[in-house]
Amino acid sequence: MMRMPWFRWHAPKSVAEAATILADEGPQAMLIAGGTDLVPNMKRRHQEPAALVALRGLGELKRIANGAGLTLGAGLTLAEVVESRSVRENYRALYHAAAQVATPQLRNMGTLGGNVCLDTRCTYYNQSYEWRKAIDFCMKKDGETCWVATASKRCVAVSSTDTAPALIALGAKVRLVSAEGTRELDLADLYANDGMEYLTRRPDEILTEIALPAASGWKSAYWKLRRRGSFDFPVLGVAAAVRAAPDGTVEDARIVLGAVASRPILTKAGELLAGKRLTDEVIEEVAAKVASRAKPMDNTDLEIYWRKEVVPAFVGYALREARGDDMRATRMRIARQAL
Amino acid sequence: MNAPEKPLKTRFDTVGKPRRRVDGRAKTIGQQRFADDLALPRMLHAKLARSPHAHAAIESVDVSRAQAHRGVHLVLTGADFPIPYGIMPVSQDEYPLARERVRFVGDPVAAVIAVDEQTAAEALDLIEVKYRPLPTIASPEEGLAKPEPRIHDYGEQGNIHRNQAYEFGDVEEALARSDHVFEDLFFYEGNTHLPLEQQASLASIEGDGKLLLQTSTQNPHYLHRQLGRVLQMPTAHIRVMAIANGGGFGGKCDPGNHEFVVSKAALVLGRPVKICLTREEVFYQHRGRHPVLMKFRTGVTKDGRLTAMHLQTLLDGGAYGSHGPASTFYTGVLTPVSYELPRFKFEACRVFTNKPACGPKRGHGTPQPRFGQEVQLDKIAHALGLDPAEMRLKMLTKPDSLTASWLRIGSTGLGECIEKAVEMSGWKARRGKLGPGRGLGLACSAYMCGAGVSIYWNKLPHSAVQLLLDRSGQVTVYCGATEIGQGSDDVLAGLTAEALGIDPVSVRVVTGDTGITPIDLGSYSSRVTIMMGNAALQAAARVRDLLANAAAEALDTLPDRIAFSQERVFAVEDAAKSMSFVEAVAAAEAKFGTIASVGSYAPPKPPGKFKGAGVGPSPAYSFTACVLETEVDPATGWVTVPKIWIAHDIGRALNPVLARGQVIGSVYMGLGEALMEEQAFRRLPPKLSSALVHRNPSMLDYKSLTHMDMPEVEVALIEDPDPNCPYGAKEAGQGPLLPVMPALANAIHDAVGVRIDEVPITPDKVLAALAKKAKGEVPRVGPERFPAVPYPEPTFVLPPWEGGDGNELKGRKAA
Ligand SMILES: Cc1cc2nc3c(=O)[nH]c(=O)nc-3n(C[C@H](O)[C@H](O)[C@H](O)COP(=O)(O)OP(=O)(O)OC[C@H]3O[C@@H](n4cnc5c(N)ncnc54)[C@H](O)[C@@H]3O)c2cc1C
Ligand code: SF4
Repeated sequence: MMRMPWFRWHAPKSVAEAATILADEGPQAMLIAGGTDLVPNMKRRHQEPAALVALRGLGELKRIANGAGLTLGAGLTLAEVVESRSVRENYRALYHAAAQVATPQLRNMGTLGGNVCLDTRCTYYNQSYEWRKAIDFCMKKDGETCWVATASKRCVAVSSTDTAPALIALGAKVRLVSAEGTRELDLADLYANDGMEYLTRRPDEILTEIALPAASGWKSAYWKLRRRGSFDFPVLGVAAAVRAAPDGTVEDARIVLGAVASRPILTKAGELLAGKRLTDEVIEEVAAKVASRAKPMDNTDLEIYWRKEVVPAFVGYALREARGDDMRATRMRIARQAL
Repeated sequence: MNAPEKPLKTRFDTVGKPRRRVDGRAKTIGQQRFADDLALPRMLHAKLARSPHAHAAIESVDVSRAQAHRGVHLVLTGADFPIPYGIMPVSQDEYPLARERVRFVGDPVAAVIAVDEQTAAEALDLIEVKYRPLPTIASPEEGLAKPEPRIHDYGEQGNIHRNQAYEFGDVEEALARSDHVFEDLFFYEGNTHLPLEQQASLASIEGDGKLLLQTSTQNPHYLHRQLGRVLQMPTAHIRVMAIANGGGFGGKCDPGNHEFVVSKAALVLGRPVKICLTREEVFYQHRGRHPVLMKFRTGVTKDGRLTAMHLQTLLDGGAYGSHGPASTFYTGVLTPVSYELPRFKFEACRVFTNKPACGPKRGHGTPQPRFGQEVQLDKIAHALGLDPAEMRLKMLTKPDSLTASWLRIGSTGLGECIEKAVEMSGWKARRGKLGPGRGLGLACSAYMCGAGVSIYWNKLPHSAVQLLLDRSGQVTVYCGATEIGQGSDDVLAGLTAEALGIDPVSVRVVTGDTGITPIDLGSYSSRVTIMMGNAALQAAARVRDLLANAAAEALDTLPDRIAFSQERVFAVEDAAKSMSFVEAVAAAEAKFGTIASVGSYAPPKPPGKFKGAGVGPSPAYSFTACVLETEVDPATGWVTVPKIWIAHDIGRALNPVLARGQVIGSVYMGLGEALMEEQAFRRLPPKLSSALVHRNPSMLDYKSLTHMDMPEVEVALIEDPDPNCPYGAKEAGQGPLLPVMPALANAIHDAVGVRIDEVPITPDKVLAALAKKAKGEVPRVGPERFPAVPYPEPTFVLPPWEGGDGNELKGRKAA
């Protein structure tokens, strides 16, 4: 089997202790939650941290709090998120997204925090060390060139988290804790459109919780494009959240695209939709406009032009579901499960 | 050679009853030990250093730093293995570790044997190999265009490995006389086996100083021979144990580099040496489905009967010969088996490329032309306004007939299969009436029940069985056959039990061990049930004679009046005259001494006598018909398959649970190939890099169906016992895969009126074809051209009905 490189292991008992260890170890250390992203990456020598700081034992990160909105601990497993009643009932987009991450086994291990901080992906990068050696590596790790866009000065690896687009559409904020203090920011601002420096998080910061605002009046949905009904990362994610007046006039809306850039893309759908009703024509028009923001690159599964062509269809599915259409048959065909 | 038991038995205790397979318990509770579960005291671990270049000359290999690494016991290189090997006698072109040349990214060049896997892996990085990169060849078209540099210095010419042509009757003349001639190009992308078990091997030296290799192989016998050759040892000093494979599908048929490496290392070090390939390495070991480009020119009468076919194929062989010579034949030889075809011409060419070697995968070489043939038939039916099912039913090959190419068809249940699939699916009422975007497609297939000729030429049995009984009533059956998950151990237990009238769980099965078991050629070409089964029945009949003789004496009747059933032995006319099976064994042992017997089987001689007639003949052929329903989203091209109906002519289902499992497993694998599986490669921009790498060598990125993607499958087993087969049982492991891919293509046409003439059928291709349709262009996606291939002059043979005698007609056609 593929083996991990050597590393030091820390198992702190509290977030505060974890933050201190991180500060002491410096940027050579990494956090490990479920390890479902980090362990395969270490085996392939994408990340070779000198020390790992384990978050698994930290009960503090497992809290779910219902208040004005919903606060989710970063250490909750995706399975736990999926099983949360308030997520299922009030934050459908998050439920749809979390339920479609990877496989049941990986959702039992993988956490919400790890999902949000997931490394960006690329078919030239997510390969073993030996494979990457055969292409003389690439800019993101050990090499010079970006094989996807050889003239590019930056890496265009793909943001592949399912939950982030959903969470951003739902207006999530995150809390980051370090030995120096705590800060909060919009989840959208955690990301940068750079395949290598894809997070604005500092190496000494721990993401502790994700706060969602009250859901009243909002309807949301997440649609994921991938080859199969399980296992696969998204090659397109569309999260839509819509707040409409009783007469159907849209008051506020967010559409976020995933897996079409190095960060989730919050589109201008809110402005486009405000004051309109979600008629078929409006949905079609908005879907086409939103889709123009998607700039897929040839570094994921499925054909690049086709991936771009189907964006409007997926935006349409999400908006129709947010409008209240019965999308079960389509969902069954695309997701191969009812949700 | 050995006539199977006659007359065919009709009342059964075990056969035909759904049963839990004999190895089911161990496999479900996790008790089954696979090769990677094995461990021995003082065991060392091996890792292979693989080439980062797709094509390069090796200038030097310096292992001194690796050798000096703490914990390293041995480093092997090509210099340690002067003798080449290859599964086929005509393609001995591989070395356990490359000597002068590496031919694909992943070609093994050196091996480290160390105290543990981690240490071995660390030392790999310390091996310094100097390479001189050579130009690479990525496709057969490129291989034809660039005869230099040659990937191998043997073969037909340039980079052509095999090139062949056969013509059975004057095909051009028949095409010219046909009412219509249809010409179609098809492409079938390569794909791999993806067994759950990654290859693992453990070599050790037994107490008597002999070499023992415990390994995940489908063909211990062929491996055994090759080990003797490469290690320069008498094969009697080598023992190969095929450990139950966690799936094979053809991927464990070729001897693997790693098997020679651990064997050699164990001999050098005198300690057990183990290796387990990573999943990525399994993709490099490959030997999977050849990518094949095909051209069909088919003549038909106006009522839709075939007049002649000219089939041309071009195979992407990858970097080594492997089973290639056979694979090349198989892209054509079974084409005439299912429908009457008066004349047939078949040209095939296999080209070397700088990619992992292709070889046998479930259906070996035949799914590709079957895809083309069945899609083309669908096009013909549409063009002539015929029901594709009716059209096929009118031209089925007849039982006990010969094809134009001199294959003998024995029993055939294809007609019944078609009727059953049509009935189950509601074909007549539903086809064309399912509403927009929904459709039904039908396709059929034929497959062989064991290759008529062994891989190396010999006159020996293909399978042998030994039975040993003792006074405790214990029945042990020994056979070299290999359990790869397909259920061969259960077939062996079930047949032996049926013949002796005992419960299958009373039979102890010992298989796949060249040190103990008599030779069986291996788990390939769907040969095991038929060949091992016939051998087992012969052995069982022999001990039964002994038992009947002794029992008749004790029960005061005649031996031929003795019956065996339900663990008892009794007189047929008076069941009160009876004894237990155990008593009968004891009586026989008292009378004759230790009770044992052997049985063996070799297939009948093929009717064709021309050179090359050895590939294609089989004791029997299985047949399958499949109807598939699909839904296509016109906005995205997204394809959904809600249901598949499949009827398989199995002759007789020995254990229907297993038979259905094989059929459903075949559908699963076939649908994966139809929809998504691709062993695809990536060449980096040539100006910047010479890299030619596998695109997706991992379980995540190589797409095959998950159970979420698996439709409901309704299976019908058509039972028309074949006299050449044990209790009439034909194969079920490969044939049912074949019709699934063309059934999908045909269903998509029924649904949205576009043709996807290549596999896999991905949504982007469907959407592209729909866009063409909207623009009024030919609504088709598929290959556009077939290159000029320098096929040789065909071997010309007259079909049986044109006065042929099965020999080549020199001087070619009559004017
Ligand atoms: C076969 C396979 C399929 C997959 N499919 C999908 C998919 O479809 N969709 C998808 O979104 N993901 C997928 N994943 C990725 C992964 O399983 C999930 O994203 C999972 O949620 C990651 O969580 P984790 O706890 O395992 O993260 P880890 O692997 O533990 O960590 C991932 C990264 O986040 C950092 N990190 C973790 N927790 C914190 C924290 N609290 N604060 C700061 N940084 C932190 C780590 O340092 C690391 O860099 C897949 C993985 C595999 C192996
Ligand atoms: S986008 Fe370019 S630089 Fe980034 S991982 Fe892929 S190939 Fe490497």
